Amino acid sequence: MKLNDIERAMQAGDMGPARQWAIEQQIAVGNFFDADDLVEVNQVHMMADTESLGESGVEFLERFANLPWEERRCLVPTVTDPRGIDLESYKSLNQEEVFAERERRAIKAFESLSVMMTDTCINYQIIMPPVMGEHLAFGDTGSVIYTNGALGARSNFEGGPAALAAALTGRVPRYGYHLDEKRRGTRLFEVAFEPKTLSDWGALGGVVGRRLESYWEVPVLEGITGRPNSDELKHFGAALASYGSVALYHIVGVTPEAPDTKTVFDGPLPAAEPITAANVADFYKSFGVHEDKVDVVVFAAPQLSLVETQMLARTMEGKQVHKETSLIATLPPAVKADSDRMGYTATIEAAGGTVLQGVCFYQMYARETGEANGWKRLLSNSAKLVNIIQGYGYEPVLASMEDCVDAAVKGRMGS
Amino acid sequence: MSDIVIKGHRGIGETVTGTALVAEDNFSARYDLDRIKGVFSRPAHKLCGQNYVGKILILDAAKGGVATSWMLREMTERNMAPAALLLNDANPIMAQGAAFADLPFMDRFEEDVTVAVRGTGYG
Repeated sequence: MKLNDIERAMQAGDMGPARQWAIEQQIAVGNFFDADDLVEVNQVHMMADTESLGESGVEFLERFANLPWEERRCLVPTVTDPRGIDLESYKSLNQEEVFAERERRAIKAFESLSVMMTDTCINYQIIMPPVMGEHLAFGDTGSVIYTNGALGARSNFEGGPAALAAALTGRVPRYGYHLDEKRRGTRLFEVAFEPKTLSDWGALGGVVGRRLESYWEVPVLEGITGRPNSDELKHFGAALASYGSVALYHIVGVTPEAPDTKTVFDGPLPAAEPITAANVADFYKSFGVHEDKVDVVVFAAPQLSLVETQMLARTMEGKQVHKETSLIATLPPAVKADSDRMGYTATIEAAGGTVLQGVCFYQMYARETGEANGWKRLLSNSAKLVNIIQGYGYEPVLASMEDCVDAAVKGRMGS
Repeated sequence: MSDIVIKGHRGIGETVTGTALVAEDNFSARYDLDRIKGVFSRPAHKLCGQNYVGKILILDAAKGGVATSWMLREMTERNMAPAALLLNDANPIMAQGAAFADLPFMDRFEEDVTVAVRGTGYG
């Protein structure tokens, strides 16, 4: 890989051990993917939950946190993905003190590096929205796919250590979705289905994602007749990235790099693969139903925007969650503050729901928290969540927000 | 048992020797594993219930979220990691995680590695 003077200084250790570690990681990954050089990024978004970090990750961070300021500070604005614990609510969720203590240590270390603890996976909606063409290092698959697909900015999936490296060097290896030629369509889907709810958009993302093979595929969707809003594309992309492990999509006539089908492909178009309403219905059915009992209803993954929070409050207003069912909504701290001020939190809590901030359900020690609270049969309107949470010992089912609230009130699904 | 040679793209990490655990399925540390017990835990995974600690894992593609990067190092530090990971198709997360954890890792083989290795009787 070609390195400039600054990058060589980092590699030689002239800018301290943290930046030296960071650029060596980036050179290893760059070589693995045949990158020619590094590209400067404008912003970093880092996965920082302690469930993923583990004890070893926290100790690793603490080593850098004790370096001199000039050697440890982030070189570009750096924000965080959700944490592992909501420090205001963990006791009521029966979460262990050891997790909270690990969280406090991680936060202290991140802050020492000048990381902004935004604790959100929807940074692209609420912190600093990406701009077409800018290079970024984002660290949540939903955040990356929205950034690439809906906004036309450029990021690969940057896992926690890789995002930390990007924060310390201010750049990333130039491969994958930083390159024009990798952003072209590889598969074409003809959609004969009109999503109506957020869970429908997630289900559509799940249907497409299940048909994809690898990170390097770029699905292009034709036939979307409506004009999806930001929350709809958020659920679509989060599910697509979760099921398909892909980082970029194009929707013809909707997203910025796909004004028409021909423009987004090189050479002859691939055969269009149909997606029907029956495919989406089968996707919902693949999770079954909880006719007997629902233990926990979750609105998360991605965290809720203020608009979704208002929608949830309106849906729950005047209702009461069943005494044997829990209902949880996870919000970014910035949205929680607005939700508190506007009365949505009070409405959701009066109906028996719990509003958490700065966490997301699967990142908050879901296995241990589920066992501590007797949660197994889970219901959510997030197609992403119902995918992930199976690995944590839950039996998840997908339904619309309205049906989720209805089931929370009855304590079970169906009539 | 005869030796076979399967070439792949330049990888990350040291040379290792070990027993292979092979399946035509994908890999995500967060979605597929019970990292405490060291077994595959996602019910739909073809290796569900199998212990992966110290094995050379041979699977198809990297899947799932960004958490795998932190998790691979955490697994290696607790001595609860596979000995190496071979995939047909890596994604950035897996490469970043392998670099961070110093876990031997390769992809882009000249043939389907999940079929080639199993065919030798190693798996």
